Amino acid sequence: MMNFDVEKIRAQFPMFAGKDKPLIYLDNAATTQKPQSVIDAVTKYYSEYSANVHRGIYAISEKATHEYESARTRIAKFIGADFEKSIVFTRGATEAINLVAYAWARHNLNPGDEILITEMEHHSNIIPWQLAARDTGATLRYIPIDETGTLVESEKYINPKTKLFAITQQSNVFGTTNPVKELTEIAHSFGAKVLVDAAQAMPHLMVDVVDLDCDFLAISGHKMLAPTGVGALFAKQEILEEMEPFLGGGEMIEQVTMETATWSEIPQKFEAGTPNIAQAIGFGAAVDFINQIGIEKIKDYEGEMTRYAIAKLSEISGMQIYGDLFCRGPVISFNVSGVHSHDLAQLLDMENIAIRAGHHCAQPIMRKLDVPATARASFYLYNTKAEVDALCEAIEKAKWFLATD
Amino acid sequence: MSEIQQLYQQLILEHNRNPKNFKEIEHADCKLEGYNPLCGDQITIFLKLENDVISDIGFQGKGCAISKASASIMTTMLKGKTKAEAAEIFNKFHKMVTDGTIGENVGKLEVLAGVHKFPSRVKCAILAWHTTMKALDEIKAEDGKR
Repeated sequence: MMNFDVEKIRAQFPMFAGKDKPLIYLDNAATTQKPQSVIDAVTKYYSEYSANVHRGIYAISEKATHEYESARTRIAKFIGADFEKSIVFTRGATEAINLVAYAWARHNLNPGDEILITEMEHHSNIIPWQLAARDTGATLRYIPIDETGTLVESEKYINPKTKLFAITQQSNVFGTTNPVKELTEIAHSFGAKVLVDAAQAMPHLMVDVVDLDCDFLAISGHKMLAPTGVGALFAKQEILEEMEPFLGGGEMIEQVTMETATWSEIPQKFEAGTPNIAQAIGFGAAVDFINQIGIEKIKDYEGEMTRYAIAKLSEISGMQIYGDLFCRGPVISFNVSGVHSHDLAQLLDMENIAIRAGHHCAQPIMRKLDVPATARASFYLYNTKAEVDALCEAIEKAKWFLATD
Repeated sequence: MSEIQQLYQQLILEHNRNPKNFKEIEHADCKLEGYNPLCGDQITIFLKLENDVISDIGFQGKGCAISKASASIMTTMLKGKTKAEAAEIFNKFHKMVTDGTIGENVGKLEVLAGVHKFPSRVKCAILAWHTTMKALDEIKAEDGKR
């Protein structure tokens, strides 16, 4: 396996090339930049074998089908799934969660049942369950978090009424990595199904569905170098087989009469309509890119940079960093006293530094912290310590500009 | 002046540091909360009216420099104005921050003209105004009921 050479990695991202003032991109928890190989995979599909999948009896359609299915296989392998048909392509992690909320929860939950989530969820893992609870009469409950962004007494909230437990593997605000394997085991002991939202975790650490033993895993492509518009749902084969369809349309049917229809085999049963073919193929290329470097190496590199960033940011007077300082993924939410995060993001943009400001689609967390918004810097494999230094300098400059001291 | 300097003019920075009418008003005729779902910012507007004239106006809340300065300048401009005059000023302001048109007699509001070059910040600048206009409407509706 090659050594971790960040300059060599950066050279493969056109967004960082040939600029007077290079982009310092620190909003990776929102979306990531794309390497040339991913862009090429998308372009190649459109310029060399653009055709629909699973339909045409001609060479380019067969090629498109092959590449599309090969991407599915590589994603399955990446998360340790032993059966590639347990991967359903979706528009993203949000759609993957909604698929479960509509095709599983609405057929399996009854009044009195409980859906358990946590206070650190992204809105995408809250709203689908609010709606499912409303429609089924089930009750939505939350495992609380403390001010360090850690779950509090999770076990207390899992009980025989819990039918579904949905939890993020890594917080998009605090970077907390949750003990999903242990919690899955507890939930299973009460007969609950478990959905893990891996949108934030999967770009940065090894996710193994066999080891986690989760029933559902929601996956985002664009947060791990793939194009936007593609993600996936992993579900255990027997659950997928039993589940009702999600969207109806072409591709997902076997036989259609005027009155009724029978469904395709999985995973096509859940992929109605023409899928995002180019994006799925690009997702396959993104997985290849990550595999060439090695997810463990990426995790170590990001871990070191995150520790460095926390140490450097902590030197800034008036700095408040949210979450556990020592144990976290490469996401740092913070506020600087007297500087609203919107103003900070705007002033950093003048230095060509992109950070996120706002509530990060996690308003319950903001209420818990009693702040309207935070700034957030999130790293990926192409970021450098020099960029962290530039961020800190720019924050000092913004403080001076707004004259807060 | 660079675009960023146009956005953060000295007067805006001053209003951000020392906002005018940053106060609660007891026995206000209307107290209304405004919310920017994009960023989580929250503002509360307090209004007192005497014979259709805004006799006192104050605000409280959490927001960025642009939203705070905009609210602060707004309060200084609307105090003493009738509801109709306030609506007219709001329309000029709205036009200015969305397309950059500086209308007649906008006065010191002009410092907020730079906002139109930053579409994501228009909502920040306009939050206090929308909330105030809504508050005035509510007072009107209540008047109608009496």
